[in-house]
Amino acid sequence: MFQPPPNVAKTIQITFEGKTYQVAPGQTVAAALMGEGYLTLRNSVVSGETRAAFCMMGICFDCLLEINGQPNQQSCMIQVRDGMNIQRQLKKGECA
Amino acid sequence: MSLPQYDYVIIGAGPAGMAAAVEARQHGLNVLVLDEQPAVGGQIYRNIEDLEGQRRDEFEKLGADYQEAFELAQRFRASGAEYRPGRSIWQIDPDLTLYHIGQDGGPSETCHAQRILIATGAMERPMPFPGWTLPGVLACTAADVLYKSSGLLPRGEIVLLGSGPLLLLIACRLLDAGVKIAAYLDTNPHLAPFQALPYLPKALRGHEYLRKGIAMLWQMFTSGAKVHLGVTGLEAEGEGHLQKVRFQQGSSTWKELPADLLLLHHGVVPNVQITRQLGCEHTWYEKQRYWEPVLDQWGNTSIENVAVAGDSGRVCGSANSVLTGQLAALETARALGKIDLAQQTALAAPLLKKQDQELAIRPFLDTLFPPRHPWLVPKNEETLVCRCEEVRVREIRDAVRLGALSPDRVKPMVRCGMGPCQARMCGLTVAEIIADERQVSPADVGYFRVRSPIKPVTLGQLTGVE
Repeated sequence: MFQPPPNVAKTIQITFEGKTYQVAPGQTVAAALMGEGYLTLRNSVVSGETRAAFCMMGICFDCLLEINGQPNQQSCMIQVRDGMNIQRQLKKGECA
Repeated sequence: MSLPQYDYVIIGAGPAGMAAAVEARQHGLNVLVLDEQPAVGGQIYRNIEDLEGQRRDEFEKLGADYQEAFELAQRFRASGAEYRPGRSIWQIDPDLTLYHIGQDGGPSETCHAQRILIATGAMERPMPFPGWTLPGVLACTAADVLYKSSGLLPRGEIVLLGSGPLLLLIACRLLDAGVKIAAYLDTNPHLAPFQALPYLPKALRGHEYLRKGIAMLWQMFTSGAKVHLGVTGLEAEGEGHLQKVRFQQGSSTWKELPADLLLLHHGVVPNVQITRQLGCEHTWYEKQRYWEPVLDQWGNTSIENVAVAGDSGRVCGSANSVLTGQLAALETARALGKIDLAQQTALAAPLLKKQDQELAIRPFLDTLFPPRHPWLVPKNEETLVCRCEEVRVREIRDAVRLGALSPDRVKPMVRCGMGPCQARMCGLTVAEIIADERQVSPADVGYFRVRSPIKPVTLGQLTGVE
């Protein structure tokens, strides 16, 4: 879906849904995950249908993720940091 | 508790905000710039410092205006304005106390300004159609952001849909980067070029833009992408993510294309979230069908000491944004006694002359690329309008028939505009649907009342307790 640039120093380690990835610094969480081949970032809390980042500029709130335990974070606005732990959010009706 | 005090708080570090800060600092004002994004440049010149420093080849391909914007960013950095990236405004009080939070959490902070400049730019006009919430369907500027900030390029079967100069610009940028575009679906009505003709003589004064536009059209038409004109209907389909698009031209039969990514663009509209929260007066701009804050030539709003610069006023592009930023800063310098009226007038004269030149092409462009039916009001009644709360066209029409005649009346009945985006994505469409159902103009229907907090704030951030 999206092709990451070649020859970029991947100096940041993040964990997404329990799997670790080395990613380039200076980018947002949503961009880093898209570079790793993830498009779907959440399920709609109303119907449960799959959703992905739409605007990439903080308008649409469709990229919401749980980041370091804090739910509903706009992942297109937050820069990746070393050691970040990222989770998709639970669907409606599911309990932790 | 004494609040940090500033002469001038500027919201947004795009072309308008940076230019205003540089100008204001030259007149000795104490300036704070708050910006939501992690780096200067706004959306148009996103990540510009990093592009200039780390990705030289790509930077040079972006064009001469990027070099100018980079120089503006350097002047901004050297201006002595306090710059705080990654800060989102969630409330502004009538006495010009501002409340803002960091993107990475942390407690809310407060400061006070003598004068405020809102330079929050524009956003893509959302135009709903069946399947527009599927992963793989994105605003075309999202692809531009991914490229500029992370070097990511779309791959697979790529379909572009919409109209307007920005769609062409982004398409050509992708082509330049070696991306293959499978299809370009143009939604512009066939009659628009004829309607725009009367504005062409004036537009010739902005011939540099016209030349650029024609070059881009040529590049697109000769790129090998299949170009389909006069597209009037679209559906995106797929299991869990986009797999194909179906489209219609006029009353012809529907055609189908495989698609991995669908990039949309129907023009941009001012981001009015802050001017609305403050209660500034807004007016309906019929040509481009959006609300804009009512401004004078200095960018002053209907609220004292609050001004707007750049595309969060009327959408006129980055060069005009720089000029409006400078004009607004001159007004602030005069209002705060740093210069007198004669000095302000003298300093503004060359800027106003440049602005006159810069705006010559806008009536032509605004008529050439009109947002129009059937895209404004989805024909398919089951189309999701409010993405957050999943409210459909049919439900909004039903609410109107039950007597809810404005967005604020429809909202509590069907929940449109009550989700996390706070009607940023559905506001204009909801107004268009109500207007369509009532057979009046959206100007008569009005917009949602935008209330604080305009960004989600946790109780922890409010109280400063972890």
